Order: sequence, then C-alpha cells, then structure tokens
Amino acid sequence: MHWIDYVNPHSVREATELLAEHGESARILAGGTDLLVLLRGGTMDNVNLVVDGKSIPELNEVTYDPQAGLTLGAAVPCYKIYNNQAVAHAYPGLIDTASLIGGTQIQGRATLGGNLCNAAPSGDSIPAMIALSGVANIAGPSGNRSVPVEDFCTAPRQTVLKRGEMLVSLHFPPPVPNSGARYLRFIPRNEMDIAVAGAGVSVVLDNGTIKSARVSLASVAPTPLFVKEAGEALVGMPATEESVRIASGLARDAARPITDMRGTIEYRKHLCEVLTRRALLTAIERAKEA
Amino acid sequence: MTTTAYEPNMVLVNETFDVVGTRPIRHDGADKVTGRALYGADFDTAGLLHGKILRSPHAHARIKSIDTSKAEALPGVLAIVTAKDLPTTKAGVIVDFGEGNMELKYLRDNILASDKALYKGHAIAAVAASSPHVAEEAAALIDVQYEVLEPVLTAPEGMKEGAPLVHEDLKTEELGEKTDKSSNLASHFRHTKGDLDQGFQEADIVVEREFNTVTVHQGYIEPHPATALWNQDGRLHIWCSTQGAFVVRDSCAQILDIPVSQIRVVPMEIGGGFGGKINVYLEPVAALLSKKTGHAVKIVMSRADCFEGTGPTPGSYVKVKIGAKNDGTITAAHAYLAYEAGAYPGSPVGAGGMCVFSAYDIDNVVIDGYDVVVNKPKTAAYRAPGAPNAAFATEQVVDELANKLGMDPIDLRLKNAAKEGTRRADGPVFPRIGCVEVLEAMKSHPHYSAPLEGPNRGRGVSIGFWFNIGLASSCSISVNDDGTINLVEGSTDIGGTRASIAMQAAEVLGIAAEDVRPSVADTDSVGYTAVTGGSRTTFATGWAAYEAAQDVKRQMIERAATVWEVDADSVEFDKGAFKSKTDPELSMSFKDLAGRLSSTGGPIVGRAAVNPQGAGGSFAGNIVDVEVDPETGKVEVLRFTAVQDVGKAIHPSYVEGQMQGGSAQGIGWALNEEYYMGEQGQMTNTSLLDYRMPTSLDLPMIDTVIVEVANPGHPFGVRGVGEANIIPPTPAIANAIHSATGLRLERLPMNPGAVTEAGWKQRK
Repeated sequence: MHWIDYVNPHSVREATELLAEHGESARILAGGTDLLVLLRGGTMDNVNLVVDGKSIPELNEVTYDPQAGLTLGAAVPCYKIYNNQAVAHAYPGLIDTASLIGGTQIQGRATLGGNLCNAAPSGDSIPAMIALSGVANIAGPSGNRSVPVEDFCTAPRQTVLKRGEMLVSLHFPPPVPNSGARYLRFIPRNEMDIAVAGAGVSVVLDNGTIKSARVSLASVAPTPLFVKEAGEALVGMPATEESVRIASGLARDAARPITDMRGTIEYRKHLCEVLTRRALLTAIERAKEA
Repeated sequence: MTTTAYEPNMVLVNETFDVVGTRPIRHDGADKVTGRALYGADFDTAGLLHGKILRSPHAHARIKSIDTSKAEALPGVLAIVTAKDLPTTKAGVIVDFGEGNMELKYLRDNILASDKALYKGHAIAAVAASSPHVAEEAAALIDVQYEVLEPVLTAPEGMKEGAPLVHEDLKTEELGEKTDKSSNLASHFRHTKGDLDQGFQEADIVVEREFNTVTVHQGYIEPHPATALWNQDGRLHIWCSTQGAFVVRDSCAQILDIPVSQIRVVPMEIGGGFGGKINVYLEPVAALLSKKTGHAVKIVMSRADCFEGTGPTPGSYVKVKIGAKNDGTITAAHAYLAYEAGAYPGSPVGAGGMCVFSAYDIDNVVIDGYDVVVNKPKTAAYRAPGAPNAAFATEQVVDELANKLGMDPIDLRLKNAAKEGTRRADGPVFPRIGCVEVLEAMKSHPHYSAPLEGPNRGRGVSIGFWFNIGLASSCSISVNDDGTINLVEGSTDIGGTRASIAMQAAEVLGIAAEDVRPSVADTDSVGYTAVTGGSRTTFATGWAAYEAAQDVKRQMIERAATVWEVDADSVEFDKGAFKSKTDPELSMSFKDLAGRLSSTGGPIVGRAAVNPQGAGGSFAGNIVDVEVDPETGKVEVLRFTAVQDVGKAIHPSYVEGQMQGGSAQGIGWALNEEYYMGEQGQMTNTSLLDYRMPTSLDLPMIDTVIVEVANPGHPFGVRGVGEANIIPPTPAIANAIHSATGLRLERLPMNPGAVTEAGWKQRK
C-alpha cells in the first residue's frame, strides 16, 4: 500500500476545512475498524489523507436527558454506550446492536457514527437507529444540518455527506412510556459474522394496542431499508402475534436482496419475515415491561 | 459435559508402560506459549528483501503478454520473475515425491504460469523489493494481457462432451490404459469384487442417492511463508513452514533443475498444515528472486493468497447405491466418485475409492473413480484426503437403509463391519483392525442411550476409515553425561510429535520423557525423512526413535560389559538399569553409566533409518446431537462424541487433541465452509470473515473416547490418529439433521439457507 498522511484536528472547523480541501482523497477516522481494513485491502487507493476525529470534543459527547433524549458523538465507541447505565436502561434496542458489532476488542474502538458513515447495507446499528427515530447531525463548510438516519445512506458506501461535511453526532428522542425496541440479525455462525439479514424495530403501546411502530431491515437492499408501511400497518392493531405477522409479511415484501455468498433472494426475504416477527414480539414484551 | 469413564479395549497391548500412555508437558511448550517459537514469517537476515506474487484475476485465460517495465521503474524494486526464469520443461517428464506422480511441466506451471492461467489466483509473476508495500505496489504495475477463456468449474461439467478443455494435450487414462481422447477426464479407475448384479439381485432393499460437495480449504491459521537465499557459492538455503523439509528440497531441485545436495531446507515452526503444507508454492519463486538479486527474499502469503493460490480439497459428485437383505446383510455396493483435481491431474479420488466402503465387509462391490481437471487451484492433501467426500455419501445411504429396515444404525453397521481378514474392493486384506470395537464403544457410550429432549432435535451416527501410511524416517540419539539424551529427527512437529517421538525413545531407555531433548533438524543434518502426513509421524518416526534407542541400548550394554569386564551377552537392561544376569552385585543405572562414557571409550550415538510397512488403518465414529431452527434452518451441534481406534495412545492428550481437531474441521465442513464461486470461477469469500470456519462459540465440547486395538505392525501398537477423525462428522451431522427434520441433505455445506430450502423443496 502507498503512503497515507494522518492529521489529528481538535475542532470540527479544522476537520471540515481539511475535508473540504482534500475532498474524495480524505477520509475521516473514528474507530477505524472498517476504514483501516478498507485502506489495507486496496479498495480505497485514491485516499491519501486520514483525518482522525477522536480528538474533537463534540465527537466524544455522550449526553442523556430524559426530556431531551440522547446525543452520541460520532466517535464514541460501542463499549462506552453499553457501559453507560442510564443509556443502557433507556435504549435497550440500541444496546442490542452496540454489544453485537464485532468482538470485545472491536467494541473498544468501533462506533455507531462510523458504522453509519461506512454505509454498508449490512451495517448492524443502522436499522436499530432508524427504528429509534435517530437523527444525524452534520457539520460542513456552509453550516450545520440534520438528516434522519433512514435518509443518510444513499447507496452501498455512499451517503448524503457532501464535500467538506462530516457526521458530528447522532440524536435519539427520549423513550416514551410503554415503548420497546429490538434489533435481531441472522448469521450462520454464532459470532464474528456479517448479517444475512437484520431487523430493527420499535413499538409504542397503549393499553394493549399498538400506538405506533417502526420497522427497518439490514442486508437486503443497497442501503439499510426503512419499511415505513410495515410500522404503519400496526397502528391501532392489538399487540398480538396475528398483527405482528401482517407487519412481518410487509417487511418480507419490501426486502430487495440479491443472491450472494450470504444467501439467496428467497431465503433472505424469508428471513426478513422471521426476524421482523421475532423482533417485534420481543419489542412488545419490552414495551409491556417498560 | 464430563468425560465418561470408558474402559478401552486392550486387545493386543497387554503390557503396561512407564512413559508411553502418560501425559508429560510437551518439549516445545514453553516456546510456544511464550511466543518465542520462531515461525516462517519470523525469519529475518541482513539485506532481506520482500517478495509479492501477482496472480491471475481470471479462472481460465491465455497469457498474451507480460510487460514489467512500469514495475521495474518503481523505486525500491530489485527484480521481477516470470515463468521464463524457470528451466524449460520437456513434456512427459514425471516426478514422484512419495505422494503420487506429477508431470514436471505441470509442477513448474503451477509455480508460475507459462502459457495459460488455469485458475483465479494462479501465480503469473513476482517482484522483489525493499519492503512488502513496495513489492505490492510494483506487482500491481505489471501489465498482463489475457485472452479470457470459458472456465470449467465442476467435475460433471468438465466430463461433458464439448466442455472447454483445461489442457489441450491431456489424454484420458481409461482403466490404466492411455487413450488418445483429449478430455478434462484425466483418468478413470475401477475396483471390483464379486458380482455386483448378483449382489443387487440378492438384496431385498436398495437405496441409491447422489451427493455433491464443494471445494473447502484446510484453513491453517499461519499463511504460507518462505525465505530463500541463493548464495554466491551456488547453495540454495530455504527457511519455510512445511510438513516435509525433504519434500521441499526435492521439489525445488526438480523445479529449479539443480542437485538436491545444493539445497538446504530449514523447517521453521509450523502454524497448521493439515496436508496443505506439503506442496511448494513460494519457495522456488523466492529462490529465483534471490538468484537475480543476490539477497535473501521473503514472501508471505495473505489469506486470500492461501485460498486462491494453494491447494484446497476438491468438490465432488458421488453416487452411492447399496443393497441389503431384510436381516440387514449388505449384499452389494456401487460407488461412482467424480472428483475435481483442480488445474492439474491428481485429485484424491484414489483415496476416496480406498475408503468409500472399507468400513464394511461386502461380497459384491464396484467402485468407479474419475479424476477431472477444472479451473480451480490444483487440489492438495487435506486430512484423510478424499475420504470425507465418499463417507458423506456412504454413511447417509447406510443410515437410510437402517431407517427403512427398522434397524438400529449401529447394529446395521456392526452386522456388516469389516474385520481381520476382510478383503477391501481395492485389494488389501485387513490385518487386525478396530472397526467393531469402535462401533461397540459407540453403542455402549452413555451419549447413545441418553434421551433426546425437546423439539427439532435429532441424533446421528457414522463411521469412517483411513488407511494411514508408513514411509521413511530417520533419527539419531546422542547420550549426554548427565543421563539425558538428545534426539534429532526430521519430522516437522504439527501435532505434538516431538513429545510422542521422544516418549517412545524414553520408554526403551527407561528414562523420563523430560530427559529427552528432541529437535527437528534441517535437511543437511538428519537422514531422509518423508512428510509429516498420512498420520505417519508418531508411527514411523516413532519407530525410528524406538530403533535408535535400541541401538543406544545395545552400545550401552557393551559399555557396561567393558566396565565390568564381562561378556556383553551376560548383561541385560531392565527397568532403567544395566544388570549382570549372573552377578546380582553388578548393576548400574542408565544415568550412572552415561556419566562414565567419556572415561570408558567415548560418546555413544544411536541411529536408525526405517521404512516401516503395516501402518495399520484407523476407524473413527461419531455420535452427534443437533437442534435445527425450523424457521432459519440453522443447525446447532448440541453434543458430540468422537470415538477412534488409535492402536496405542503414546500421549493421550495429543491423541484427544487430534480427535477434537478433526471433529472441529468436520463440523465446519458440514455446516458452513465452502469456496463460494462466482459464475466465472472467482471465489468471492476469500477472508476468514466470509469463509466461515467454526469459532469456539460454534462448537460444543467434543467428548473423546480412545479405543486401543493395538496395531500388530508397530512395537507399541501405534496407529496413526491424525486423519480418520475428520471423516465421520459430515454424515453424522447429516444423519442427525435427518433425524430432527426428516430432510436428507445431499449437498455440502448444510448451511442455514440450504437446510431451509431443502425443507421448502420437500413440502412442494
């Protein structure tokens, strides 16, 4: 591999200026668990500058307030999320995914912000963040903007970020009473694997009736998929397995997978139904306990 | 799960031993656990250069031109080699390294492609540079023009009339006779015994099924490393990770056309081989680069290089038909085995034919074997090569027969089990073997009678046979004056063989295992020793150590006689002491006598070179419980018992380790491992993330039962134990899945998608 320069800016402005100057040849580094592998693998031969985000204060923020919700800096590693008692209690659906990505060593470095910016169709945290109505806070040369997580990825490894822009943090609204969320993925092994399919869901209950729900899928489309109609179909329905099967069938129908080394089209669509159903049933249980 | 207290069958070994059968700490243990042991990639020397190999992106392509000018111009690049730098080869020259014949042209072409690239990953050119990064950049600058050809990817596809030819000049060998037919079918052999038609007529029930398996890799954790220094005096030094230093020496001598005496191979510690580190890949290339530059050149493969540029074990198509009477007597069996050889002839179909029905005593048998070249890496040995593909078929058909006959599957196997005197269809008559004892141990094991609780669970059994090999080994022993010995051998230590060989010498000399200093020497420093493979090392090199120790003992007896001024015939060696047979006053321990050697005539060195026959085959059986998720098709292995006849376990811990290792590889092969090939023959899962070998979380505790039916062909009764254990897992798991779901899986791997889709097919 060729030489790559490394800079370690201490402010968002410094970082965005570097990114604006270097464009496609610069990449921002959070945990590096994807970036370093891609650089070494020769698939990013155009990159010659790595901009480390870990020394920028805003990218390391973890703030939870029951009224304002949760703000997670883009460079916060997974272990800091699941080791934060307040966050773990308020967002078990997020912990499902933070404790699932990679092994223990990887979780010491890997970040949800990096997982989102890597924009892999199989990114495990993305459906979970979509289900929790996450919002991506972006800084750039022409100011700040916010984009719902479901709109962030545009194609495999492509995002809405424009030249000079970077993800600063993720924001999640505070959990409402009687709500629950769950992320489930299917892998052939029991660890160290990429999802054949994944489902992130959330529900809000009102006396045994589903008030609202969100369903999102991984690994079955060019980007993580927000299946809006599956959640909407549940509104006003009783929180039963029959209702859940309607939504999980819609998730199966929405999936647009390809046949590859991880599975066939038919099998992956089938898994979307199974995983969405199982995830929704757990989310309902969690909502009843919440 | 706890290890059950199973009483092994001691059939021929009735002696007890002092060292053999104990569990001392391995001699190389401290270096390995502290990370101080030196592996091939650790090698360094002054002026070391780094090499990188450019590989074909196409599975089948004619090489039109290679332009190295841009790469040569890159600062830091010192040399580039292609097939033109190898000696030219006349067609028809055959070489043999004891593991089968090969055309020298094929051997050289596999090192660096001369006219055609025959698989994705085929080495085309190589660079030596000042750093691995520069070498990698330079390799990418080599401009190769290809004419892409249509690839052939499976044995049945390759055998079709009109299939694209991998080698235009390859003629089929039909039942031992060369024909003039150009084909991808390199050879067809047939073993026959009795009258097959008659046998099927006698049957009350016949089961026939077709099975397919795909290419899988040995998956050793250490990628291949090799360093070569072609010195100014003409001698070539090679430091590498290999299962056989002498095979590397002899192969390089042939490929580079220099005498064996000009090559010294130093085997470094080896991080797994399983058959995949017998053939040479990097060594001749590093040698050519060293010759051009005058420096030592090191090349280390990436994981993708290992998958695409070394020898995996083949995919196969196997059809098995077995007939039986209502009482369970098997009357006839036919096997059709078509194996992918990879890019050059030489699949393990021959061994498949030797093993496919060898657990059974059947009167009427035909075995047809087909060796087919395809556009995939040339296959290499992998733990009992060829046998698992065959057993996946046979053992499922036997299971189905048992189901249809309403017989217990172990009883059906016991009724037909091979035993001493049974003649195999491929010729040999079995000496004393342990097939029956393994089956009996399975049947009486508490696992077999334990209730299966819960839904979607099933239990399967199976048995497998591997013949093992002997071949040449050398050993020398020198006696130290503190009563210890230095033991020098030529077998690279993959599975704890320093310990198992040292223990056999210690047993003869009545000393402790810890009093032996075993070392694995380079090819200049020890007599010829064949590969660590074929489960031969503890058997054959152990035998060499036994003989070398006997040589030491004889010389020590003479020395004691000299000291006592008596006739050597009147001195005996018993329980670690030299004694006069007539005078009870005259007794000296091994240690005492060792301390007096310098004053009584000088050092003592024992030596032995052996080529033992009678390796003694090994049988291995499994009992497996699985749970199948009915919605995702995922198979969880809940409980796994491995039973094996090992003859005599010299070091039971390492025997258990071999049994567990073979089982783990078998479980991976059964459930997830595969070369997932794109339509143009490109493997798409070339990382350990996507080539799914089992992790520790995917395996249950693998319970082991050592059965000891002594091999009459070895002084301690040893049978090789390294390979038979990988044969039963794939069919045992398939049979367990059948028991859980009613589905008969005819394809490997039985991954979640395959199990689910088999269920859909059945419901249609």
